Amino acid sequence: MKLIVAIIRPDRLNEVLEALYRAEVTGLTVSRVLGHGGETDRVETYRGTTVKMELQEKVRLDIGVSDSFVDVTVRAIVGAAHTGEVGDGKVFVLDVEQVHRIRTGERDEGAVTPRAMAG
Amino acid sequence: MTIRPPLLLVLQEAAPAVVPADTAWMLVATALVLLMTPALAFFYGGLVRSKNSLNTMMMSFVALGAVGLTWALAGYSLAFSEGGPLLGGTANLFLEGVGLGAQGTIPQVLFLVYQGTFAIITAALISGAVVERMRFGPYVAFIVLWTLLVYAPMAHWVWGGGWLMSHGVLDFAGGTVVHINAGISAAVAATVLGVRKDYGRQAILPHNVPFVLLGAGLLWFGWFGFNGGSALAANELAALAFANTALAPMATLVVWVLLDYFRSGHATAVGGATAIVVGLVAITPAAGFVSPGAALALGAVAALPSYFVIVARSRTRLDDSLDVFAGHGIGGITGALLTGVFASKAWNAAGNDGLLAGNPSQLAIQALGVGAAIVYSALATFVLLKLLGFVTALRAAPRTEGMGMDVSQHGEEAYTSGEGSILVISEPTPGMVPAPVLNPQTAAR
Repeated sequence: MKLIVAIIRPDRLNEVLEALYRAEVTGLTVSRVLGHGGETDRVETYRGTTVKMELQEKVRLDIGVSDSFVDVTVRAIVGAAHTGEVGDGKVFVLDVEQVHRIRTGERDEGAVTPRAMAG
Repeated sequence: MTIRPPLLLVLQEAAPAVVPADTAWMLVATALVLLMTPALAFFYGGLVRSKNSLNTMMMSFVALGAVGLTWALAGYSLAFSEGGPLLGGTANLFLEGVGLGAQGTIPQVLFLVYQGTFAIITAALISGAVVERMRFGPYVAFIVLWTLLVYAPMAHWVWGGGWLMSHGVLDFAGGTVVHINAGISAAVAATVLGVRKDYGRQAILPHNVPFVLLGAGLLWFGWFGFNGGSALAANELAALAFANTALAPMATLVVWVLLDYFRSGHATAVGGATAIVVGLVAITPAAGFVSPGAALALGAVAALPSYFVIVARSRTRLDDSLDVFAGHGIGGITGALLTGVFASKAWNAAGNDGLLAGNPSQLAIQALGVGAAIVYSALATFVLLKLLGFVTALRAAPRTEGMGMDVSQHGEEAYTSGEGSILVISEPTPGMVPAPVLNPQTAAR
């Protein structure tokens, strides 16, 4: 099992979700985060005060997958989040020691494999 | 010496005179209508996504400046100074000859500003059809030109002694000039600009529904000046228009909420706010011509067409984003036609009888007004936007649209935490040392 952590642009989130849905990756967690990846700073002005926004809004996805799903998931994210400009984000793939599904008590591979609600 | 007071009275009756009571009411009414544009900014601003909220509100606020100025310098003259059946004259260009003398029973400067507040909100109304994608500069150019080429001529037709006025079209406070005009232009503008890049692909939700309710409430408050003030005097007619402005939206709100409840199982807040605006739009042309009972009926009926056009529109490729066409176009047409049904000389002798009072021809005259407004407004707006489109790009690039119009057009955000922002000091002042900054770029090296 792997944990895939992706940091992407907020305006690409819907495209990424669409791509993941098509790749049949269904379980994920999304959070709004602030970060910086070397893109040009955004300059804003408030009543004549100029401000450089060093931290940009980003979206972080956390997805636990079984090994066979790692490549399709990464491909879906990279394909959909890509714009070609600095600041597109990163995808990290991490090893996972254990996974527990709280509802059923299943462990590891079984816990990251989607099941019907009745199952 | 004893004959002086009677002589003065005779003189006052002969020459038009300013009446203090009328002036007092119109001063208040003018401020009320001016408030409607900021109110519209909240109504529209709440309906868009947060990344576009400032831009959407600025589209209304900028009209206070750009359209207000255009009106004072040229629009007023083209609409209200003496001219032909199609356009007013040039006598009042650049505020020439606009003084304290009486226009009706109020000072002409007040009349100019009162009418200016109408021009401002009408232009701002169109913005609802092009939000979240139109570039700010071209938008400002568009509303300025639109005020001169579309609004001013139509105001002249209906109120300034133009051809619709002489045909007997009844439009008390601007159902044709303001609402049909803005609603049709909005549909055309949405078509010319095309759909937002996310339209039909993902849900685009309102970011602040309380703003929408706040805006609708303030619009209603301001509308008392819009309709009540259109009597241009503090008299029975103003009271009638005022009462009808309260009553009609009440009926619309009830019918709309019931429709909402029985169709979707919920009485929605956005629906309620929309209902108030639709009711206000519909009563606008009728306010000073119909009985209070008729206003209730008119308001109730007006809910139906707008409600179902909104439902149908969202399934089409017409991205009239905030439903300006359904609210103001359809609401305005319904109101203009129903004016021809409910109008009654018993309530306003200067008006006319409608269908229910045994004068079906008034309905045909109202239809003529509606048709003329639709045709002119659609053609003129289309040509204007196409010409502007040759000069400059009307739309933001897809990347910019994705990032949001607030940062790209205004360099600001509506809701910023301030985290990770660094103060840029252009010229260091002696004795003022900027705090040391951890720059992630340099820190990583």
